[in-house]
Parts: sequence; structure tokens; C-alpha cells
Amino acid sequence: MTEFAEIWSYLAQEPLLWLTATLAAYAVADAIFRAAGRRPLVNPVLIAVLLLALLLGATGTPYGTYFEGAQFVHFMLGPATVALALPLHANLARVRQSALPLLAALLAGSLTAIFTALGIGWALGLDQSTLLSLAPKSATAPVALGISENIGGSPTLTAVLVILTGIIGAITATPLLNLLRIRDWRARGFAVGVAAHGIGTARAFQVNETAGAFAGIGMGLNALLTAILVPLIVGGIF
Amino acid sequence: MILNLTVLLLFQLSGEVLARALALPLPGPVIGMALLLGLLLARPAVADRLRETASALLAHLSLLFVPAGVGIVGHLGLLEQAGAAILIALAGSTVAAIAVGAAVFVGVARLTGRADD
Repeated sequence: MTEFAEIWSYLAQEPLLWLTATLAAYAVADAIFRAAGRRPLVNPVLIAVLLLALLLGATGTPYGTYFEGAQFVHFMLGPATVALALPLHANLARVRQSALPLLAALLAGSLTAIFTALGIGWALGLDQSTLLSLAPKSATAPVALGISENIGGSPTLTAVLVILTGIIGAITATPLLNLLRIRDWRARGFAVGVAAHGIGTARAFQVNETAGAFAGIGMGLNALLTAILVPLIVGGIF
Repeated sequence: MILNLTVLLLFQLSGEVLARALALPLPGPVIGMALLLGLLLARPAVADRLRETASALLAHLSLLFVPAGVGIVGHLGLLEQAGAAILIALAGSTVAAIAVGAAVFVGVARLTGRADD
């Protein structure tokens, strides 16, 4: 019988192991999420990330090795973003009808996201490199990484901050918007898409189809606006 | 299914090429989404063909963020040192942005008489 160490050294070099682990961790996380009655606090991304981080720590696997396998899942973000055109198309009449509130909410939400992140971070004594990595955190991951790199932040740190922002948005949106008594699904979805990009959009789709479509639009428009605003704001401050 | 995925990838590819050729500040997939929307407007029948594949992809959108999220293992030092401040900044900013965005949407919708039915 082959030594376990030999089998492990084979598996550890192949993308198969960490691709399988990523899907398995998500399947477990999703099962927990369903078992908990889809409560937002039991966020499947958060649980899957924690499970995988513990597994990497326990096996002493570097992130680079993990990503060799997980990149196939990561890659699907591209076609999924393109696919957002379908719910957008299905809701286009309502989007056209609400162009003014949509643009006003986009500008207000985007500016609030950037200035409050920089303001709170600065007041709590975060260093400049962390602040720069924090500024684009509400934009969708690939856009935020590009912005962070351009303004002198750390792209890998930004990736983590973007994901955490999405998880926080997905967890807080429903109770927060209920508390504010905002019942308009367009407003609820759109604000979550602007503030919490794709993870917020995924959460919005779980709750309501219209909210999901508007969240997708919010995410797309804020990707554009953040790419324009953050370099201007950061250039004016630092 | 294969044809549908090819269509999505072709639009992503066109988006990437356009983003680079014109030095646009947008990521390729977002431009690809806009281009596909253009096609759907011109040929609504395409939407019926693509719907099933798109729904399957979007139903598990959360999964696709897991690999990037695991990148947190590379920043445990910073999180140990400044994790509380970072979390407060992220939570405060995200909650404020959602509240302000949704309130402005509802407010302007009322002002312009476009409140939802």
C-alpha cells in the first residue's frame, strides 16, 4: 500500500484537490445556510471561507497552491457577470421607469461608501496603505483590485476587504432595510448592489427577483463610478 | 448549454478586448454584460435561449467569491493587529451606504412620482 505521505504529495500538487475542497466547503456551507432557514447571519460565503481557511492552516497549504485549484471557480465570475444582462433585460422597463431615483441613489450610495470607509478607518488610526486598499471596497472584486493597484494600495488585501464588505452587506441588508421600513424591492436591491457588489446581489436574488435584478444594475454602475471617483477622492486627500 | 456558455464567454472576451483597446476603466465582464444587453434588446428571442444557463450560474453566484475570500489567510498579521478597526470601518461604511442609497432611491422616487406599484 502506498504511503499516505506519497498520496498527499501527489494531491497537494494537483488542482483537483482544492477545486473539490472549494465545492465541498460551499456545499456544506449552503446546507448549513438552508438548515438555518436561510438566515442572513449564516452566510454561505463566510462559512465556506472559514472552513477552507482552517483546512489550509491545518494542512500547512499556502494560498498560492490553493488558488491553483480554486481558480477554476474564480474564473466563472466573468461569465456570471456577463449573465447578469438577462435579469437586467427582463427588468428593463422598470429600470427605465426609475432612471432618476436610480442615478441619485447610485451617486449617494457610492460617495457614502467611499467617504465613510476612509473617515472611520482614518479616525481609528489605520495606516495609509490599508486606507488606500479600503477605499474601493464596495466595487466588484476585479474592478476594486485594479483601482487599488493604481492608487498604491494592496490588491490582495483589497480582495479580502471586498469579500468582507459583501458578506457584511448580505448579513445586514434585510434587518437594516426592515428597520428603515423601506419596502420598495427596487430601492432595497439597488442599494445593496451599490454597497455590497456581487455577494450583496447574490443575497438579493435569494430574497426577491426584482431586488436581485436591481442589485445587479447597482453593482455594474457602481463598478464604473467607483473606478472614476476613488482616484479623484484619494488624489485630493493623500 | 455548451453553446450558451460559449456565447457568455464570447461576450466576456469582447469586453476584455474592448477594455484594453480603449483603455476603459471598467472590467471586461462588465462591458461584456452591457454588450449582451445590447444584443438582447435587438434580438429578444436570444434571452429565451440563454435564460436557463444564466439562471444556473446566478443561482450559485456566492460560490464564485469563495476562492478570493480565502485570500484572508495571507493577511492574518494585519487582521490581528488592526482587525477591529478594519471591521468597524467596513461595517459602518457598508451599513451607511445601504441606508443612504435605499433612502435616496425611495425619496427621489416619491418626488418624481415614480413610486413602485
